[in-house]
Order: sequence, then structure tokens, then C-alpha cells
Amino acid sequence: MSKYIIRRALESIPVIIGVSILVFLLLRLIPGDPAVAILGERATPENVAAIRERLGLNKPLPEQYVIWIGNLLQGDLGNTVRGNIPIANELRSRFPATIELSLVAITLASVIGVPMGIISAVRRNSVVDTTTMFGALLGVSVPIFVLGLLLIYLFGVQLKLLPFIGRIDSSIELETRTGLFVVDSILTGNWEALQNTISHLILPAVTLFTVPLAIIARITRSSMLEVLNQDYIRTARAKGLGERPVIFSHALRNALLPIITIIGLQLGTLLSGAVLTETIYSWPGIGKWLFDSIIARDYPIVQSVTLVVSLIYVIINYVVDILYALVDPRIRVA
Amino acid sequence: MSTATQLKTSEPVKRLNGGSARREMLRDITRRLWRNPSARIGGFLALASITIAIIVPLLDNYDPVRDNNLGARYRPPDCLVGWLTSQLNDVEKQSIGDMTCEFPFGADKNGRDIMRRVGHGLSVSLSVGAFVVGISLSIGVSIGLAAGFLSGWVESISMRSMDVILAFPSLLLAIALVTVAGASLTNGMIAIAITQIPTFARLSRSMAISIRNTEYVVAARSVGAGGFSIMLSHVLPNSLAPLIVQATLMLGTAVITTAALGFLGLGQQPPWPELGKMLAESQPALASGKWWVMLFPGLTIVLIVLGFNLLGDALRDALDPRLRGSD
Repeated sequence: MSKYIIRRALESIPVIIGVSILVFLLLRLIPGDPAVAILGERATPENVAAIRERLGLNKPLPEQYVIWIGNLLQGDLGNTVRGNIPIANELRSRFPATIELSLVAITLASVIGVPMGIISAVRRNSVVDTTTMFGALLGVSVPIFVLGLLLIYLFGVQLKLLPFIGRIDSSIELETRTGLFVVDSILTGNWEALQNTISHLILPAVTLFTVPLAIIARITRSSMLEVLNQDYIRTARAKGLGERPVIFSHALRNALLPIITIIGLQLGTLLSGAVLTETIYSWPGIGKWLFDSIIARDYPIVQSVTLVVSLIYVIINYVVDILYALVDPRIRVA
Repeated sequence: MSTATQLKTSEPVKRLNGGSARREMLRDITRRLWRNPSARIGGFLALASITIAIIVPLLDNYDPVRDNNLGARYRPPDCLVGWLTSQLNDVEKQSIGDMTCEFPFGADKNGRDIMRRVGHGLSVSLSVGAFVVGISLSIGVSIGLAAGFLSGWVESISMRSMDVILAFPSLLLAIALVTVAGASLTNGMIAIAITQIPTFARLSRSMAISIRNTEYVVAARSVGAGGFSIMLSHVLPNSLAPLIVQATLMLGTAVITTAALGFLGLGQQPPWPELGKMLAESQPALASGKWWVMLFPGLTIVLIVLGFNLLGDALRDALDPRLRGSD
């Protein structure tokens, strides 16, 4: 097993290098002079020269890359153009908001999606199955921003049931320890903050979780259907096992592999889907930050967020592969 | 008799059989599609949106710069929708005969007719989707076939590059590329196409690998057919079914991603209509209850994407050889 873990890690290295080169080149892909693009056409030559110096654009390309990677390895992502603040610090302070939202969304999507898929598979072609699968198809067909706006209108504007801006009301004070507001309010015993945080979480989480929910339900169904047709399921039934043990301990365990994979991959996709959700709900995470930086043409931030999210995505893929091999020994051998 | 002459003499017979078998197969696929309700609904939605996308720009010469009618700012929908909402909300219900039909979908902040803009926006979305799928399909398939058939260094270099693109969440990569290249519809199209190339490349590579060792490819090779001609005449036709399914599903994804870029201000620039941009502009109006500014562009995207997704799913079922002939 450890051999497999190391082999997969080594295989990820070229991909990580490729990702870093592509992200590095992003800033250099800007047509014309990046410094002018950042500062705007009316920038003074002195300012342009200063930005070029700060971003290291004066040096030859390979040298720029080596310096950039060297800084990265020390956790230095450079500074923002506006305000000259270290990007790494900003990223760290905004990341928990995105993590909290993504974790809530993926947990809800798995907890609801897997049973939905199982029921659909067991009652194949029933009304429940058809409805669930049509719902799942609708889930992948409704874009995040359409659903988000619709929910804001229905539950925020019309019914006035739920808040739809930010993570917590500004009137409520919360001592932050982890940056995950739900955890923080439980740790500090601040129940008012907990209630407020949860009410702020509902709409963005529902917006973000529909696509993964739909995909998880569909994959669970097809994976279960495949397993339920196997001989060993017939054997289990033939030897007189009840439906429940057949489905849960025989079928589900074997159908789990694709389900684990898709949940892992969806978590990675959620992090980028957060750009839209956070923008709609003014959620102060990295997605909203990315959006604001695009508007402000703060390219180093765009570059850093792209790099960090992609690296997380690569790592999640790696962990999923390892989990996969843990559950299914055939993969390690092949 | 040598192998070559043997093949030559048997060729007309083979072609006849191949032709009738192909016709039989096509008939079988159409039958299966027609019997599937999701294929019918999906096909209808897809066909309707393609028809609107073609007809609207032909019939209506739209000049967004001049389209400004501040007198009609945020006018609610009249016509059928107006009548329906009056039945739901108003105390004094209007009769359908009283309704005017000036703004069937209402008007936006500049008093522009939303129905007209949705029509043109749909046309933009579908053209972008078709372009994206066309580009990523042709580049992806070329890369995938070359990799699967030539193997060796061609395969490792091209597939590793595909891995790098796949290592990015696709929306994020598209956002990053458009941000640096400059926000425009063309840059958006290219960026989305780049993010979708790997899917087609991987699919066609795996098809090429599974086919390259089959007997008929070995036979074609033994009579002296070159790699390129084998790819075109044997590998590509046999990979067609999964590629068609993927392209149909991908069209939906491309429409969503285009609208997402537009929503973030990275796609079509105002005043030209684009569904995602229209949605972004509708957000401030929602707080004061002007739902129509959001509903119609949103519903249009959902119906286009739903149509192609339903059709893609149904095509997958109809084209799957394992299911063929089972009913």
C-alpha cells in the first residue's frame, strides 16, 4: 500500500509542475505590458516602473519562474497590487468562510444524495425513481446563479425568512478561533451567534449543494444498479437474507467506490463554484475575493487564488485515489 | 490468392452488408429514441432553442445602443404573463382582452423589452456553445486519436498536458484565462473551449486504444493502410457514439459556463444582450420585487440546458450497444 501511495505521489509531481507553470504564465499572458494593464492606461511611467520592479517583470522569464517558485515554497504568494498586503495572510483569513460553506454543502449533498440514489436504484422505474432522476437532471441544469437569485427573491425578499447577505449580522459579536463561525460559536457557547450563522448559511449552502446533490444521487443510483445485478447479490437473496442486509452490507459496500470518488471530486468543484455563490450572497470567502480582484484588476490575487484552489483540487484527487485503493485492493495491484 | 485480392473481391458484398446493417442500426436507434419520453422532451427543447437562435437575429435587426426607453423603466410583463400575475395577485382581476402586448416579459432598468433581449441572448448563448463544442471536439479528438494510436512520446506529452488542464476546476481556469486575456465574448469562448478539450481527448484516446488492437484494424494495417487513414476510416466512426453523447451534454455545460462568465462580467460586454449578464444586472432589481428581470433570462438558460441534458442522456441510452435489442 505504501508503495502505491508513493507511486501516486510521484505521478502527481509533473501535474503540479505543469499547474505551476501555467499559473505563472497567466500574468505574462496579459496582452501588452502587465504593469500597464494593472495600473490602467493613464499610469505614470514611474508607477509602471515601480510595479514592474515589484512583480519582478524586468528579469528573464525562467529566472522569474525560479524566484516565484522559491517564494511559493516559503509560503510567500507576493503582495496585492492595491494596498501592498501579503496575499498569503489575506488568503488565510478568507479561506475559513469558503471551507465552512463548502463543507456544509458537500455534507448535505452526501447525506441526502446517497440515500436518494439507493432508493432510486432499489425501486427502479418506480414513481420515486423517475421523480428523483428528473429532479437530479434539473439540479445539474439549473445554474448556480439562477438558483441563487431565485432563492434570494423567494426566501429573502418575498417571505423575508432568511438573510442573504454575508455570514453573520454585524450587530452580533463573535470571538473567532478557527474562523469557522459554526464551530466558533459552539466553542464559545455563543448560541445567538450560532443561530444567526446557521440562518446565514442556509441559502448559500442550498444554492451550492444542488449540483453535487444531483450528481451524487445519479452516480449512487447507477453504481447500485450495477452491483444489484451481480451474482453474489442473487446468492445472498437465495440463501434467505432479508432485503435490508442485502442492500446495505452486500450491495452498498461494493457500490461505494464510485460514490467516494464523486464526493471527493465534487468537493474540489465546489471550491470553484463558490466564486458564483459567494458573489451572489456577498459571502466573504476566497470566491468573493477573486471576483473583487477581477474587477480591481489585481492580477497577482487572481493568480494566487487560482494556484491555491488548483493545488487543493490536485490534493483532493490524490486522496480520493488513495481511498479508492484502500477500499479496492485490485487498484493497487494494477 | 493473396490477402489483398481476397479483400478486393469480397468488398462489394461487404459494403452491401455494412450498408444495410447500418440502416438497420440507425432505424433501431431512432426507434429507441422515439420511445423515450425524455428524448422527445429534450429533442423538442433543443430544437426549439436552435430554431429561435437562428430565426431571431434574421428577423430582428437589434441595435442595443439605441435600445433605450426610460419611460418604460421596469415595466412589469403585460400580455399573457401580465394576465396570469393579475389573476394571482390583484384584487381587480383583469380580463385577458384588456391586456396589451408591448412587453410580454416586462422591461429592464433601461426600459428595454426583455423578451427581445432574451431572444438575442439565447442566440448568443447557443452560438457560443456550438463554437465551444466544435473547437474542443475537433482539437480534443485529434489529440486523443493521435495519442491513442501513435502512443510513445506523442501520447505521454499530450496526455500529461491534458492532465494539467484537468487539474484545474474548469470554471476557475476559464475565469483566470479570461481575466488576463481581457473580458470579451471571444476570449470567453476560447477559454471555455480550452477547459473542455481534455474530456474529448481522453474519451477518443480510450476509444482508439480499445480499437487499435481489434482484428479489423490489424487487417487494415496488414493490407498496408497508413495510420492516418486507419484513424479516419476505422477508429473515428467507431468512436462516434460516445462522442455524440459527450458533445450534446457538453453543449449544456458550455451554455452554463458562458452565462457564468457573463454573470461575473467576463463575457459579452454591455449593452449587447447575454443571458448571464442580464441575470447579473437583475440582482439589484430583485430586492424591490422586480422578479421578471431575473425570471425570463434564468428560465431560458434552464430550458436550453435541460433540453440538451435530456437529449444527451437519451442518446446515451439509445446508442449503448449493451442495451440495443434488449427491448
